[in-house]
Amino acid sequence: MKYSLSSIGQKQIMAVTGLVWAGFVLSHMIGNLLIIAGPDVYNGYSHALVSNPLVYLAEAGLVLTLLFHVVKGIRLTIANRRARDTKYALTPNGAKSPRFQSRWMIFHGSIILVFIILHLLSFKYGPGIREGYITTVNGVEMRDIYRLVVEAFRQPGYMLWYVIAMVFVGLHLSHGFYSSFASLGFYHPRYSPILNKFGYLYAVVVALGFIVPPIYVYFVL
Amino acid sequence: MAGTVQRTINVKLRVWRQPNRDTPGHFEEYEARDINTDASFLEMLDIVNERLIKENKDPIAFDHDCREGICGSCSMVINGNPHGPELGTATCQLHMRKFKDGDTITIEPFRARAFPIIKDLSVDRTALDKIIAAGGYISVNTGNAPDANSIPVPKADADEAFDAATCIGCGACVAACVNSSAMLFMAAKIAHLEKLPQGRVEHEQRVLKMVKAMEEAGFGNCSNTGACALSCPKEIKFETIARLNRSFLKASVKRRS
Repeated sequence: MKYSLSSIGQKQIMAVTGLVWAGFVLSHMIGNLLIIAGPDVYNGYSHALVSNPLVYLAEAGLVLTLLFHVVKGIRLTIANRRARDTKYALTPNGAKSPRFQSRWMIFHGSIILVFIILHLLSFKYGPGIREGYITTVNGVEMRDIYRLVVEAFRQPGYMLWYVIAMVFVGLHLSHGFYSSFASLGFYHPRYSPILNKFGYLYAVVVALGFIVPPIYVYFVL
Repeated sequence: MAGTVQRTINVKLRVWRQPNRDTPGHFEEYEARDINTDASFLEMLDIVNERLIKENKDPIAFDHDCREGICGSCSMVINGNPHGPELGTATCQLHMRKFKDGDTITIEPFRARAFPIIKDLSVDRTALDKIIAAGGYISVNTGNAPDANSIPVPKADADEAFDAATCIGCGACVAACVNSSAMLFMAAKIAHLEKLPQGRVEHEQRVLKMVKAMEEAGFGNCSNTGACALSCPKEIKFETIARLNRSFLKASVKRRS
């Protein structure tokens, strides 16, 4: 039996790749909040990021981990649906209710995947210096990503879809964070309840942090 | 006797009836009248079945044996919950006083691809035996029984092993799991042997073999929903699964071929 195709092995691959992304979204969220500090800080931060050669390494890592996470997620979901081939009229409830978000992971995940693709198209691969999104900060010419983001978030439809997608990111994290540690074999009666609460807090902080910029641009700016 | 109040209730049952694994099943409704609230859930079904037999109808098939919560025979999903609504209770230990007069009770079999339906509420749980056969044992030379105290076992380890050993193999964990995964069952069997010196020797081989057997038997994968542990009549802890995950990772890294 190959580890990478075994049931537990695949879960552990999902856990590690999921945790990589959980870390990434936190740093991304903090970076996004710089929009409140104004165009110069925001554009300067963005420029510093993309001009660092290490960014290619990070991007490759993110793409690779995402691919593994998605492929394993789909494979496991198919296997799981096959294992439960008939439906119950009623499902566990009351004192025996399971963690609610856990059964929606593939649903959140699919929406988040669509979001990531559209998000890359509109920002990373969206209009740049050549299309006139150019600015000068401290004498350095750079892409005016601030303007692009503000224009996007001023469209109510775009703003709303972004906010909704971030709610799904939060829901995905609310189960995924805790679940990753369990899949990797970490469970302790003293620490796991704390880790569980921390997972919820992490999910709420990340989701709310991501929701701040679109709300700020649409309603405040 | 002073202080004893005989109370009876009437309930409506929606029971899954299926003649065999190849014929599609459906729900049928039955009235269970004048049921003593001190009757167990299985006794209530006995009463309904006696009436069905008298009426020359096919009685409801369900598994049962010891009726004292230790054999793991009784199964069925009651109002969506394997073994009914009470935590740490097998169906045979569930009493009708937990229901109200006029309640409608939906009764279904354990549903999983690995548990084909034999008839009505009775399912074939041989797949669990296949997991055990793959490694849920220890290899020892036969002969006289060794002296019980020749290998010291710390009390805490013995307690943990015993907690895991209380698994009665009923399959409620599989029934509760949205993925029909047998992880809690398998984890309990592995933890029970791992904690004892006699079982530790083959631990890593056992983990690899049993996980493989679980996959081959058609069970799903764990999503850490925790439904299994909540449905377990013996309250096997969810952390048992995490321990298995850890063991599997270790065994996979260390294996030499």
